[in-house]
Amino acid sequence: MSRFVYADNAATTKLSANAFEAMKPYLTEYYGNPSSLYHIGVETRKAVDNARADVAKALNASKPNEIYFTSGGSESDNWAIKGAAELGAKKGRKHIISSKFEHHAVLHTLEYLEKHGYEVTLLEVHEDGLVRPEELEAAIREDTALVTIMFANNEIGTIQPIKELAAIAHKHGVLFHTDAVQAVGTVPVDIQDLGVDLLSLSSHKFHGPKGVGALYIKKGIRLPALIHGGAQERGIRAGTENIAGVVGMAAALKESTEHIPERNPRLEKIRDKLIDGLLTIDRSRINGDRKSRLPGNINMCFQGIEGESLLLMLDMQGVEASSGSACTSGSLDPSHVLLSIGLPHEIAHGSLRLTFSDDNTEEDVDYILEVLPPIIERLRSMSPLWEKIIKENNENI
Amino acid sequence: MAYSEKVMDHFANPRNVGEMPDADGIGEVGNPKCGDIMKMYIKVKDDTITDVSFKTFGCGAAIATSSMATELVKGKSITDALTLTNKAVMEALDGLPPVKVHCSVLAEQAIKAALSDYYKRQGIDPEPIVGTIPECEECSFEEG
Repeated sequence: MSRFVYADNAATTKLSANAFEAMKPYLTEYYGNPSSLYHIGVETRKAVDNARADVAKALNASKPNEIYFTSGGSESDNWAIKGAAELGAKKGRKHIISSKFEHHAVLHTLEYLEKHGYEVTLLEVHEDGLVRPEELEAAIREDTALVTIMFANNEIGTIQPIKELAAIAHKHGVLFHTDAVQAVGTVPVDIQDLGVDLLSLSSHKFHGPKGVGALYIKKGIRLPALIHGGAQERGIRAGTENIAGVVGMAAALKESTEHIPERNPRLEKIRDKLIDGLLTIDRSRINGDRKSRLPGNINMCFQGIEGESLLLMLDMQGVEASSGSACTSGSLDPSHVLLSIGLPHEIAHGSLRLTFSDDNTEEDVDYILEVLPPIIERLRSMSPLWEKIIKENNENI
Repeated sequence: MAYSEKVMDHFANPRNVGEMPDADGIGEVGNPKCGDIMKMYIKVKDDTITDVSFKTFGCGAAIATSSMATELVKGKSITDALTLTNKAVMEALDGLPPVKVHCSVLAEQAIKAALSDYYKRQGIDPEPIVGTIPECEECSFEEG
């Protein structure tokens, strides 16, 4: 029986109905500029302020004005890292520490800074996809300006010990930023408890609208302006506010955060059922630590096949997923995340990522377990690489 | 990325798939590191390719171009098969996305590799006839 299963929620999520309803008035009747004094401007100003307060509350930031609205995760990452780098340079600190498997919004920003005289150290993430706190401590230097480590990895879903890592950075007087794009709305994120200085988030990862996000900037950190212009966002990120966007984001964040206690145990259960089921396939593996992992993340490799053909065949069966193969990344190399955990190219090409949200059910898992194994079998039957793997193994036995 | 209907058809229903135990020529190109390997088998009688089959590890375009290449040389004389170009494979598939053009190059090379093997088995030096099959430039990884 055919079914539609959207299992690519790490890429983006469906807009929540509540968020959509909350946005509507600001796409229609309330079109006033929040910087204006008249009635419809005052209404939109209130909406922006309320959204900021709601986001601050959901993340347990100490004050709403620590939340700065942006166009999304990439902008927040760029702003946090380039801004912290500039602050560091003023004190003669031009060294930044990050990890090998950050999102490209972080890695490419760091490459840009390297071209402008900064030094970057990328920490190993090991086979389990986890940064070691002692390795961070060992990498910190006198001139380290910033440590930026992602909260949860977008491909393999591993969750870093952010609180511990931030404490180490602070022990040495170094700012700490986390790209929490995959974590916010998905797992509990308590900013005051974590003790981070800067945190990036993106609305469309938790059923909010696309094109909007936020950067948390701890009170007292005078991050340089990203966009110069008007007085919006305390004058450091100018431009008329994306009112409907921030309202939708706040509504979605509230909803997805409230659902965590009910949703996560349920998702963990169906995630583990799927992983265990897929691990019964010959020469398959799970990528990244199984315990310190996002509740909806499944990332597997199947030897002897290539990810894109797997995705196309899954799509024909109504299952929408993603892969870290070269052919799906638009480059010649497979995903840098899979290479960073030590996978050889030929195995990384055969990767499959399935990411679940509130909308996924155990029926979805059962359906995937029904359609996926025959697809793998079919692709392997036409793969000369699989033929070789089997032959070599037989010779060994 | 959008594939043409023909690409999707040849991907979903590939023609001439499988090993050929009594092949007269077998060619293999590509490597696992790059994410695509094509293996072509040909059966030749009276200088005509009477049968052809393939096995491919790779993306949708790799499978579709392999399938189309086998269709284009099946029943052809070996001299005709030698003139197969990646462009002809692409055109027959109503085009490929730019990043997938290398798959059609691989398909052309796989046919040529099978023909080279055939000539070798006949005791004929294939190089003056087929030419050398270049290493895939894009796939020259640095070992490390």
